[in-house]
Amino acid sequence: MNFVSFILRRIILMIIVLVGVGCIVFVVSRVIPADPVGAILGGNAPVEVVDRMRAQLGYDRPIAVQFIDFIQGAIRLDFGVSLRTNRPVMTDIMEYFPVTMELAIVAIFISILTGVVLGVLSAVYRNRWIDQFSRIFSIFGVSMPVFWTGLMLILVFYGILGWLPGAGQYDWMIELDNPLTSITGMRLLDSLLQGNWHAFWDAFRHIILPAIVLGLTATAIIARITRASMLDVLKQDYIRTAKAKGLKKRIVILRHALRNSLIPTVTVIGLTFGSLLEGAVLTETVFSRQGLGRYITNGLLGLDYPAVTGGTLYIALIYCLANLIVDIVYAILDPRMRS
Amino acid sequence: MKSFEKTQTLKPYLDDLKHTLYLWRKSHLTMVGSVIIGLFLLVAIFAPLIAPYSPIEQDLSKRLIGPGSQHFFGTDHLGRDIFSRVIHGSRTALWIIFLVSVISTAIGTIVGVVSGFFGGVIDEILMRITDMFLAFPSLVLAMFIAAMLGPNLTNAIIAISLVGWTVYARLVRAEAIKIKSMPYIEAIRSVGASRLRIIVLHVLPMCVSPILVQMTLRMGTIILTAASLGFLGLGAQPPAPEWGVLVSDGRGYLMNQWWISTFPGIAIAFVVLGFNLLGDGVRDMLDPRLRR
Repeated sequence: MNFVSFILRRIILMIIVLVGVGCIVFVVSRVIPADPVGAILGGNAPVEVVDRMRAQLGYDRPIAVQFIDFIQGAIRLDFGVSLRTNRPVMTDIMEYFPVTMELAIVAIFISILTGVVLGVLSAVYRNRWIDQFSRIFSIFGVSMPVFWTGLMLILVFYGILGWLPGAGQYDWMIELDNPLTSITGMRLLDSLLQGNWHAFWDAFRHIILPAIVLGLTATAIIARITRASMLDVLKQDYIRTAKAKGLKKRIVILRHALRNSLIPTVTVIGLTFGSLLEGAVLTETVFSRQGLGRYITNGLLGLDYPAVTGGTLYIALIYCLANLIVDIVYAILDPRMRS
Repeated sequence: MKSFEKTQTLKPYLDDLKHTLYLWRKSHLTMVGSVIIGLFLLVAIFAPLIAPYSPIEQDLSKRLIGPGSQHFFGTDHLGRDIFSRVIHGSRTALWIIFLVSVISTAIGTIVGVVSGFFGGVIDEILMRITDMFLAFPSLVLAMFIAAMLGPNLTNAIIAISLVGWTVYARLVRAEAIKIKSMPYIEAIRSVGASRLRIIVLHVLPMCVSPILVQMTLRMGTIILTAASLGFLGLGAQPPAPEWGVLVSDGRGYLMNQWWISTFPGIAIAFVVLGFNLLGDGVRDMLDPRLRR
């Protein structure tokens, strides 16, 4: 009962927050810009054209009517028609979002793997070279600008070494020989489902660099947290007991220590999801991937108001849902959180 | 007698200061951070003296020259000296850090102290508003506000400030709630001090050190956000020497003229690194729980 009421409370709070989010997006996009239509069309557009555009966007109506319309639309996930693609914004989002999701999943997978390994190694070999390396890596990992790291990796792995492709999601030649029908919108998954190994390998080669870049900050944080909690766990009595029993070091670390030291790591993984959405905006721009981040950025640069408000609201919705899931998982893991 | 009293009251403060300085000297990483930030400040202040060329003036006869003795970091597609642009970029970065820190701290502190001190309905409303701003990934909200205001440096500063105040609001609120219930506040209240007086003279001074720690820790993030906006074309506009804009300038020339994007990026990473190290150090020095 306690648990159910906790979740209900969280969901109600989330709905209130989302209504507020809608208000912020409305105020920023409709009230602050002095003359949005003028900005879209430029200063020299004829009056009739400006008027037609204003009517098309519904900006000629009273602001209160616009607001109610906006909120009603948002509830139905109807954000209007994009000015650039001439399609409903939600259709666009459904096409672009899986690309971002796929990148985020691969990124978090890479950062959990490398982060946990680095963290465990630097705790076990404390103050040895691997620990120093991990420390320096973490400090730089959170200091380097994402977009610049991306460019540098393209320069090295594409420009100099030629090992990996530089930008885009797939190779046109591969697409011509082994066409892929879109099922989920995620190329890796689609090619797996269709058993199209050429396309899978190609998509994998294209996603590896952006995923590393996107996951870099998360890797650094996960490595630090895992190290700290691993050090805590290694000091416990039951670890000494396990060692005293004569168990191999590897077994003590992997079976006894790692499992308990991962609890704080799980917490951090949930929290880094937001930074992934944020990083996706930059990573997708640098690597020319047609994801939601790039859709919003191009919308902002081209003053595509429906696309921008829709995209931003959608990202906020996903972000809030992710936080809700994290909260619920905590509540399951740690009953003290429910109060 | 009087001077004796004075030393008596001053002594704990002096000891405290000495201990803080000791902690500062003891941590190598904090020292490294301080040196980096010191350098950054010096470069920003003396930029016109250090930079050998104008950061904006074009010289098409000197396009795309590689790094060398004439141009340490090479030149870009318009023949501008990258070194001079990076040096002048430090001024832009410092200006952004300064303004964003001041604005977001001011908004956050006011919201936080009002929320924590008065509690009740006011607290509930203010905290829900804070939640709403936290419901966006911060870069996405900053991009959105900056673009809607019109992309330029001033609007980028406003956007980053509007995104960043929530941290301070939550921090100051927590402090205010803690301080509010302390006996000395009750004593001051019973003497008849007004609410404003209590807040300004007795609650806010207690929040200064956590705010300072948070400010230092956030400065790296501010540079990264500003540079990201500049890179995406939603912040400072060319030809302004802003580091994100500089990295973006070199994107099209990355394969053959790698230096255009590389050096400004190193400058960003270097300064952010400095602020992160310094921030960790300041936290360790000022946080009573970590002072040992």
